[in-house]
Amino acid sequence: MFQVILKRIAIAVPVLLIVASLTFFLVRMAPGGPFDVDKVVPPQVMKNLNAVYNLDAPLLVQYKDYMLNLVQGDFGPSFRYPGRSVTEMISIGLPVTLELAFYAILIAMIVGICAGVTAAVKRNTVFDYIPMSIAMLGICMPTFLLGPLLVLIFGIQLEVLPVSGWGSLAGDKILPSITLGAAYAAYIARLSRGGMLETLNQDYIRTARAKGLPEHKVIIRHALQGGLVPVVSFLGPAIAGLIGGSFVVETIFQIPGLGRFYVEAAFNRDYTMILGTTIFFSSLIIFFNLLSDIVVLLMNPRARSEA
Amino acid sequence: MNENSSLWSDAWRRLLANKAAVVSGVLLLLLIALAILAPWIAPHSYSYQNLELGAQAPFGSFFLGTDTLGRDLFSRILYGARVSLLVGFVATGVALVIGVSWGIVAGYFGGRIDSLMMRIVDVLYGLPFIIFIILLMVIFGRNIWLLFGAIGAVEWLTMARIVRGQVLTIKNQEYVLAAQAMGVSNLQMFRKHIFPNILGPIAVYATLTIPQVMLLEAFLSFLGLGIQPPMSSWGTLIRYGVESMEEYSWLLIYPGLTFTITLFALNFFGDGLRDALDPKISSD
Repeated sequence: MFQVILKRIAIAVPVLLIVASLTFFLVRMAPGGPFDVDKVVPPQVMKNLNAVYNLDAPLLVQYKDYMLNLVQGDFGPSFRYPGRSVTEMISIGLPVTLELAFYAILIAMIVGICAGVTAAVKRNTVFDYIPMSIAMLGICMPTFLLGPLLVLIFGIQLEVLPVSGWGSLAGDKILPSITLGAAYAAYIARLSRGGMLETLNQDYIRTARAKGLPEHKVIIRHALQGGLVPVVSFLGPAIAGLIGGSFVVETIFQIPGLGRFYVEAAFNRDYTMILGTTIFFSSLIIFFNLLSDIVVLLMNPRARSEA
Repeated sequence: MNENSSLWSDAWRRLLANKAAVVSGVLLLLLIALAILAPWIAPHSYSYQNLELGAQAPFGSFFLGTDTLGRDLFSRILYGARVSLLVGFVATGVALVIGVSWGIVAGYFGGRIDSLMMRIVDVLYGLPFIIFIILLMVIFGRNIWLLFGAIGAVEWLTMARIVRGQVLTIKNQEYVLAAQAMGVSNLQMFRKHIFPNILGPIAVYATLTIPQVMLLEAFLSFLGLGIQPPMSSWGTLIRYGVESMEEYSWLLIYPGLTFTITLFALNFFGDGLRDALDPKISSD
C-alpha cells in the first residue's frame, strides 16, 4: 500500500509543475501588459516599472526566476496593490476562506450523513422520500441562487441575521456557511444513502444481526465504515468545488477571503495575483485529492491487501 | 438488428412508465420550443429600455414584471433560455465528441495506447478546471465560443472513462471477435459494431452532463466572467436579480425559479433515462 501512496505522490509532483508552468505562460500570453491604464505613461516610467517587476528579462529567465521563487514560497508582488506581495494577500485571505470551508464541510457532513443514513435505514418511507427530495433540490439549486435567497429571507425580510460580513457582527458566519455547505450536504446525503444501502445487504451485516446485535449497533459499528467510503472519496474532489463555491459565497456576502481576492484579481487583470492564487489553489486541490485517495485506501481493507 | 430495436423499445416503455421522467421530458421539450420560438412569441423586445417605466412588479402584458431599465423580464428569460440551453447543448456536444473518441480509441486499441491515454485523463482529473476556465476567460476575453470550448474541454473526462469501460466489455464479445476474424476494418468496426452498442450509456451521461454545464456557465456569468451584455443568460439575469433584490425581489425569484426547475427536469430526465436503459443499475 505504501507503494501505491508513493506512486500517487510521484504523480502529484509533476502535475503541480505542469500546472505552474502552464499558468505562467498562459498569463504571459495575455494581451496587454499589467500596467496598461487609460492614462498615457511616459516611456521611462514604463521602463522602470518593467524593470522593477522583472518584466524586461527574456521570458525564459522570468520563468526560471519565478519558479525558483515559488519553491521558496514567494509568489511575487501584486501588480494592483503596490507594496503588497501575493504571498501576503494569500496569508490574509486564506484563514478566512479555510474557516468558511471548514464550517461548510462540517454542516454538510453532519446534515448529509444523518439524512443519508436515516434514508437508507428507513428505505421507502417518508424518512427516505422527504430528505432525498430536499437533497435533489439542494443539488439543483446553485450556490449563487441559494445565497441571495437566504439573504432575502433571513436578512432582509425577517431581519434575524446579518446580510454580509465575516466576524464583525454576531451570527454573520451562519448564512455564508449554510450557503456553501448546502449543496455538499445534498451530495453527501445521496452518497451515504447509496453506500449504506449497498453495505446493509452484505453478508457480514447479516451475521452481525444474526448474532443478536441491536440494530443501532449494527449500523454504527459495522455498516457505517463501509457505507461511508463513497463520502470520503467524494471529499477530495469536493474541495475543488468548495473553492469555486467560495468565489461565489465570498462575493455575495462580501467576505474578505481568498476567493473574493481571486475574483477581484480576475476583474482587475492583476496578473501576478491571478498567477499566484491559481498555483496556490491548484496545489491545494491536488493535495486534498491525494489525501482523500489515501484515506480511502486506508478505509478499505480489500484495497489495502491488494496493494 | 431485431434484438437491438427491442432493447430500445423496452427502454422507451420503461421511460414512459416513469412519471417524473415523462413530466420532466415534456417540460424540457416545451422549454426548448419556447427558446427556439422566442423571437416570435416574446411579448416585448428583450433589449428595449423604457427608463420611464423602470422596475415594475408583474402587471398587464409584463406578467413577470420589468427590470430596472424597464425591460420585460419574461422576454429576457425567454432569450436567456436560448443562450443557457445553447451553452448546455453545444458544450455537452464538445465534451461528447472528445470523450467518446478518446474512450473508444483507448478501449479498442488497449495496451500501451490505452494506459497512456487513461493516464492523461487521470492527470487532467486532478486539475482545478474551474480556475483554468476563469483564467482562460480573463486572458482571451469573454468570448461565448471560447466558453463553449472551455466548458466542453472540461467535461469530457468522465465520458472518456465511461466509454472506455463499455468498449472494453464489448471488445471481447464473440460477435466482435467474429467480425475481426472476417477482416472488418477498424472504422467499420466502430461504426457498425461498437458505437451502436455504447449509445445507451452515452445518451444517459450526456443528459446528466447538460445540467452540469449549464451550472458552470451560470456560475461564470454570475461572477461576471461569462456571457457579456447585451446578451444575457439565466446566470446574468440572476446576477442582476441579486443586485436589485432588496427592492425588486421578482427580478431574482423568477429567473432563479426558471433555472432551478430546468436543472431539476434535466436531472430527473437523466435519471429516468438511466433507469430505462439499464434497469440493473438502481437510482441510488
